[in-house]
Amino acid sequence: MSETRLIEISPVTRVEGHGKVTIHLDANNQVDEARLHIVEFRGFERFIRGRLLWEVPVIVQRLCGICPVSHHLAAAKAMDQIVGVDVLPPTAEKMRRLMHYGQVMQSHVLHFFHLSAPDLLFGFGAPAERRNIFEVIRENPELGLRAVLMRKFGQEIIEATAGKKIHGTGAIPGGINRNLDIATRDRLLGQVDQMLDWAQDALAIARNYVQDHSAMVADFGTFPSTHMALVREGDGALDLYHGRMRALNCAGAPIFDMLDYCDYHKVLVEDVRSWSYMKFPFIKELGPENGWYRVGPLARMNTASFIDTPLANAAHGALRAFSGGMNHSTLANHWARMIEVVHCVEKIRELLHDPDLQGTDLVAKGERRFEGIGVIEAPRGNLIHHYKVDEHDQVTFCNLIVSTTHNNEGMNRAVKDVAVKHLSGQPKITEGMLNHVEVAIRAYDPCLSCATHALGQMPLQVEIYDADARLIDRAGQCL
Amino acid sequence: MNGPFQFRIDGVEVAATPGQTIMEAADAAGIYIPRLCDVEGLRHQGGCRVCTVKVGGKAAGRSVSACTQPAEPGLEVENDTEARNRVRRDLVEMLFHEGNHLCPICEKSGNCELQAMACRLDMTAATRFPYLEPCRDLDASHPDIALDTNRCISCGRCIRASQDVDAKGVFGYVGRGIHRRVAVNGADLAHTDAALADHAMSVCPVGCIIRKGEGFATPIGARHFDHGLIGHEIEGRAGEDLARKDGRK
Ligand code: SF4
Ligand code: SF4
Ligand code: FES
Repeated sequence: MSETRLIEISPVTRVEGHGKVTIHLDANNQVDEARLHIVEFRGFERFIRGRLLWEVPVIVQRLCGICPVSHHLAAAKAMDQIVGVDVLPPTAEKMRRLMHYGQVMQSHVLHFFHLSAPDLLFGFGAPAERRNIFEVIRENPELGLRAVLMRKFGQEIIEATAGKKIHGTGAIPGGINRNLDIATRDRLLGQVDQMLDWAQDALAIARNYVQDHSAMVADFGTFPSTHMALVREGDGALDLYHGRMRALNCAGAPIFDMLDYCDYHKVLVEDVRSWSYMKFPFIKELGPENGWYRVGPLARMNTASFIDTPLANAAHGALRAFSGGMNHSTLANHWARMIEVVHCVEKIRELLHDPDLQGTDLVAKGERRFEGIGVIEAPRGNLIHHYKVDEHDQVTFCNLIVSTTHNNEGMNRAVKDVAVKHLSGQPKITEGMLNHVEVAIRAYDPCLSCATHALGQMPLQVEIYDADARLIDRAGQCL
Repeated sequence: MNGPFQFRIDGVEVAATPGQTIMEAADAAGIYIPRLCDVEGLRHQGGCRVCTVKVGGKAAGRSVSACTQPAEPGLEVENDTEARNRVRRDLVEMLFHEGNHLCPICEKSGNCELQAMACRLDMTAATRFPYLEPCRDLDASHPDIALDTNRCISCGRCIRASQDVDAKGVFGYVGRGIHRRVAVNGADLAHTDAALADHAMSVCPVGCIIRKGEGFATPIGARHFDHGLIGHEIEGRAGEDLARKDGRK
């Protein structure tokens, strides 16, 4: 019998896409190493080469069935630069923002109600058959209904701006292909106040959860780290669509600030490790050991100076006060996410009242360039699209850094932290314990292959290997 | 015989004049016969066979292409029947299987006649034929026009338009049999006298001939086939409303 055992959790359930967790135990059942393995986009970066520049914002949506709009907009922003446009017509920028707020809202709502609420409501160790959205709806029919309607509202916003609820075509290089007609605007306005009420209720659930379980939250996947996000140019406000890059160290001091995102490659380096397809980006000046960072809703709450909508700003203040500054708790992401839902709905309401959305100047033109970078704050965090396009309008180079890649090291640390605390020294690994590991990963809302959408229907496979890679045990069930 | 005459399509009396093809007479009468290579303003080619109809009564019926076959007095034409449409669907499926058609990322989507034909003919699933996945080029050398030959269905419209209307000969066929393909008359499109204003650049039924920089500018909902099945304009001439068309099956 060998010295170490290897436990695999594959695929990780209730995250978007597929992934695998391996936990290496030593002879004393102590966690030796824990890793998250992820399949990534290399194939895509090759596929896009040779395609025509205006196809890119449409093609990249196929990366992901959950946040296609983020890829669509990040690519469109990169292509704006390629067609020489730095400032969009107001109608175009506002339509794109509306689309983005709708997307972030619906993605966060999906994550919170469908993927995380079962854990938060029933506990991480609850039996598998309870930890799903159907149980949530059974126990809280009202909550379940709201989840569905809020998500539907977000999708209607996307449809109104992109033509379809999923994989539409709204943003084109230099602008947008439609404005918002009055009838659609009025239909959406009719729902927005209700959405704002419900968003605040959801925020209260997430906030109360973190506050009421503060000891557990502080002990669950909490570790100091750098946080990075876009913030608004000038005043540092939260800005999900556009801004400058800010990275704060664990104490809240800037590592870089108000950085033009076109210079991202001057501050970020991507490391490659043999056991994962996914790259490990780090901040150049801090090196691979210390330069890793986290992105996402919590990183945005940590980096934003304030929020420019009143209800979300008050909530942001409350989170900051509770945390005493920077918050490093993996589970506080749920609270941060719901603050952003409130912010998105406030922004949607503001935009729906803006007559610019009925403007007819939709596309700007400029002088052709050969390189473009688009950065956006996607639901899961910072998203970088970088392209080079030749004089024939064909893509020659593509580099994407998606949120889940930014968070790679953070997720691995969270997995290890939880594994060490909850699995080490236990004579028998229970399904509830393994779920703790998954809860840590899910808090980052990772889009593991940006592919399929699991929704609690994926089989959980646990495999134990010895050091000679012999399978010595296997357990599986359908969640 | 020089005067107008009558013949029947699916039992409906249709008026024709001597020299008219079955399709021309059908169009005038508001009866749509599916087609891909034929288009108004260009000479008939009879290449795609999507317009195939049966003439002369079912038992002894001959299959002819309606776009080239002259109408004759008393002719009985079988057009919109399950059997005819099944053959057409097979042909359309084969066009999908022999090219590379990724509609969701194609800028012609919603304006594409091949896609629209697949919809009209109820090609609801992926083709039953194995995809050939050929390796074809995207020629973006021209400043205003690109050619994505992955989507070419060899309909020959561009060839006829370039020769007959533009008097240029930018496009031509190369190869024989199943290897016959449409090619440009030069090393690439930039080395031809192709111009954006050429008629040839506006006749492609699919997303092969691309007018650069225009892709996706038309929002979903305002694209040509967002408003009805392919052929609905012709059917509209007979006052046949779309609801009836949709409820046909
Ligand atoms: S050319 Fe038509 S059928 Fe082919 S991919 Fe484009 S839309 Fe689809
Ligand atoms: S390029 Fe277009 S018009 Fe020309 S043969 Fe091919 S499909 Fe037909
Ligand atoms: S339309 Fe008659 S053969 Fe193509």
